[in-house]
Amino acid sequence: MSDLILLRHRQIPDLNQLDVYRQHGGFEAFQKAVTTMNPYAVTDEVKDSGLRGRGGAGFPTGLKWTFIDTENWPHYVVANADESEPGTFKDREIMEGNPFQFLEGVALAAYAIEAAEAYVYLRGEFWQIADQLDRQISELEAAGLLGDKLFDTDYSLRIYTHLGAGAYICGEETALLESMEGKLGQPRLRPPFPPSYGLYGKPTVVNNVETLTNVPLIITRGADWYNSIGTEKSTGPKIFSLSGRVNKPGNYELPLGTTFRELIFEHGGGIPDGRQVKAIMAAGASSSLIIANDEALDTPMDYESVPNVGAQLGSASIIVIDDSVSIDWVLRKTLHFFSHESCGKCTPCREGTFWMKHIIDRVHQGEAAWSDVELLNEVALQIKGKCLCALGEFAIEAVTSGIQRFEPDFRAKVSESSDEDELLVESEKA
Amino acid sequence: MLAEKYAAEIENILAKYPPDQKRSAVMPLLYLAQREDGYVTKEDMAEIGGILGITSTDVASIVGFYTLFYDQPEGDIRIQVCNDLPCALRGADEFLEQLCENLGVKVGGTTQDGSVTVEAVMCLAACDKAPMFQVQSGEGIAYHENQTVSSALEAIEALRKKEALA
Repeated sequence: MSDLILLRHRQIPDLNQLDVYRQHGGFEAFQKAVTTMNPYAVTDEVKDSGLRGRGGAGFPTGLKWTFIDTENWPHYVVANADESEPGTFKDREIMEGNPFQFLEGVALAAYAIEAAEAYVYLRGEFWQIADQLDRQISELEAAGLLGDKLFDTDYSLRIYTHLGAGAYICGEETALLESMEGKLGQPRLRPPFPPSYGLYGKPTVVNNVETLTNVPLIITRGADWYNSIGTEKSTGPKIFSLSGRVNKPGNYELPLGTTFRELIFEHGGGIPDGRQVKAIMAAGASSSLIIANDEALDTPMDYESVPNVGAQLGSASIIVIDDSVSIDWVLRKTLHFFSHESCGKCTPCREGTFWMKHIIDRVHQGEAAWSDVELLNEVALQIKGKCLCALGEFAIEAVTSGIQRFEPDFRAKVSESSDEDELLVESEKA
Repeated sequence: MLAEKYAAEIENILAKYPPDQKRSAVMPLLYLAQREDGYVTKEDMAEIGGILGITSTDVASIVGFYTLFYDQPEGDIRIQVCNDLPCALRGADEFLEQLCENLGVKVGGTTQDGSVTVEAVMCLAACDKAPMFQVQSGEGIAYHENQTVSSALEAIEALRKKEALA
């Protein structure tokens, strides 16, 4: 087994203890940066590494940091630990097992953009993790690794945790910032983007937990080392959260560019009960449904290749669906989720997810006609491109791809013989 | 009154945010308020509004928006089962149904003795360890993973006993 970079706690026992983390080079990167590097040099190193945001968008991290407005102060770093995408459970493992590497990443990002304060926004359910992080932050302060005038320089940094309270939308960075300000978690109109107008209207960098956890080793070992992992445009390791119908679900840290086949069959132990893999969702519930044929299985999981099979890599939350599952049931699950989680700000998303949920319920219960399936598709297309954030877009990925790519599953559910219009009217009354 | 009971904690919470951005403390203060009875009363909302310089309507809107805040009392122990897609692919729907049958409640309902409420909730970031549930109580939130109906019933019984002693 090669050396892990993010899930190092699996190879180093007690890595969540500060002394153990320091024995393994912990906080050397931060000390080196603060005492010997210009903040811009930190950003340059991250930029050269090719690191891209691991929360789903895949935006180049170092480039994001260069967008910070240096005319407006103070600056903030906010770590996005709202992990709420169905199928995603990687940040939780990082924060539980390797919390100091994550916190060192937060500290390095803060130094790079000259922020004196950073927040970790955790989903409310991560109550115990927030509690642990609070204690770990206190330990860092006691050890002189956080606080005032660090390493006898003028640089000071505080890190605070902030708990959300159960709202998927707060993973969207501007909704997260609204929520941190004590408001409803609803997205902002962009531009301006957070690096110019973020927390409290100040320049802010919002990065995912996994993204930040990469940074200490990039600074210690250098951009060239990081570049040597993964593919040319998708560098570095990635944690793939594997779930659904596989024998060994879990987190797998592998280079970007690993194939679906290797993840599902070599690492995940294949499909239980002798079943066949039917569909794959690569980005959690926000994903298009990929037909799991040989071409798809042999596709490398990186930001450039997954679009070739009509999907996005996103947060790399691989949900495996076997041939015992009907795709209309999958849509019913995802639409109940998105309908519940739509924040209500944009009408197409709020109303669209609500009605899509009702239509798919009818389809699933065998009370619909084919025209209802067409209506479902139509409603989905009405949401596309009409909202402030990506939630609505995510909600329709599985709908439009599912109907198009798995049409027989829907044909089997609708009544062919009945008069279609009459059926629709009947179910409307009900 | 929260201000008397949790004076030190409130001060610590407020210290996390810039002095002119006290509103950021609304969610942490709501968690404090909920610690006692598992829900936020109208009086709590008014008091939190007073501390932060916002109206109690503002506070109520936060309670209404975020699913982990409640404005009505329910069971002392909230059993929240995730049955989203990845968990359901690992049997979470059947698990939830059987758990409810055993406890004699419907999803969203509370047991006759008023101690346990069972709810279906959205993804809890534990998809590889389904069936799973979280327990939300005054003490916070705890995860129970890789569950069977019998292991869940045992855990619930233990929580009931603990709650009865409290």
